[in-house]
Amino acid sequence: MTLVRDALLVAGKDLRIESRSRVALQQILPFGAIVVVLFAFALDADRALLSRAAPGLFWAAVLLAALLAVGRSFAVEEANRARDGLRLSGLDGGSVFLGKTAAIAVELFLLEVVLGILVVVLYDVALHDAMVLFCAALAATIGLAATGTVYGVLAGGLRARETLIPLLVLPAVTPVMLGGTRAFQAALDDAPGDAWPWVQLLTAFAVLAVAAGVLVFGPLLEEA
Amino acid sequence: MLGRFPALAGADLDVDTGEIVLLSGPNGAGKTTLLRLCAGLLPLRAGHAEVLGVDLARDRKSARASLALVGHETFCYDDLTVAENLRFAARVSGHTDADADAALERVSLRRVADVTHSRLSHGQRRRLALAIALARRPRLLLLDEPHGGLDEHGRAILEDVVRAAPLQGCTVLLASHELDLARRLATREVQLVAGRVHAVPRVTSGAGAPA
Repeated sequence: MTLVRDALLVAGKDLRIESRSRVALQQILPFGAIVVVLFAFALDADRALLSRAAPGLFWAAVLLAALLAVGRSFAVEEANRARDGLRLSGLDGGSVFLGKTAAIAVELFLLEVVLGILVVVLYDVALHDAMVLFCAALAATIGLAATGTVYGVLAGGLRARETLIPLLVLPAVTPVMLGGTRAFQAALDDAPGDAWPWVQLLTAFAVLAVAAGVLVFGPLLEEA
Repeated sequence: MLGRFPALAGADLDVDTGEIVLLSGPNGAGKTTLLRLCAGLLPLRAGHAEVLGVDLARDRKSARASLALVGHETFCYDDLTVAENLRFAARVSGHTDADADAALERVSLRRVADVTHSRLSHGQRRRLALAIALARRPRLLLLDEPHGGLDEHGRAILEDVVRAAPLQGCTVLLASHELDLARRLATREVQLVAGRVHAVPRVTSGAGAPA
């Protein structure tokens, strides 16, 4: 229970910081929205292609915005060496990982809701099977947040972390891009049977990412 | 290590419970490195170090549970208020909001409890860092240039805290360039020069000595 209690403390702290600084609301969300709008401009001449590519474009926008969210989550730990405060606190690395992952996941989920609405409006997409969409988004978000948190702490102590995080995270979250896109595509095609295997892939990825994160985050926090 | 050179070499220091030890020495002598090493924030590359009975080479995390470090930075979050920073630090180290509130009173920051860290003056930030250390109720208090940025009132608070520490079974290791102020508090002084510890003959009366 201590692990969960400590994780909630860390997540609460991160979400409070974001709600007060409004970086997520005023920078990360608009960035994601701009990416969605730019795709719409780029492919507007071919509405059919835009609708067909909507799932991939949606997840590409989410991934790009997620990089900012991860970078932000660890930038607040570098200011005033707050990261050393976490280390001195004696918190278990696993609880810090779960807390930071949860906070990033909450931010990303809210971002996905807004970007999803934008995609429906701008890309002329009709939604089917909300349950598949929800499950796929949930699993993908957890996997994305967990992977980002692991690589975020790895790059956190480095001067080049802003450029390093995308280089590390984007290849690692390829399964999220692939599984999220395919699951959404199947859901939009009203073929939920085709979507569930991809939801299972996303769930397996999320479980592995969380398990690996709980194990490695502590040592990485110490050494990075 | 600083590049290829060891930051500390031949640093041999024993500190008894309840002592207030002043670490003096020129810039780059290794004072901050020694304090961060004792705090378990730096790995021990060679030699042996034990803090509060815990071998740092084996288990840095356990040693941290009973110590606090006031370093050059505050370890705080800019967008959290004084009270939020303090309560978070207390809770994650297994202490209570009451400990946090008591520490807030101790450093006289109640007036700015709802002000975010980013809006505090340098001196107020130093006092907040001290409060966070106190909220952890440490057995070992590591202070790195604690006088820096403090006004008269802040220095008086700091002196009260340091003088009271041995009465609560707390040992203090204090690195400072403000030698006149620090010597008034210390029961012993050691000098670090090029990573080596040298004992300094007692020239002033400290907290543990008769006035």
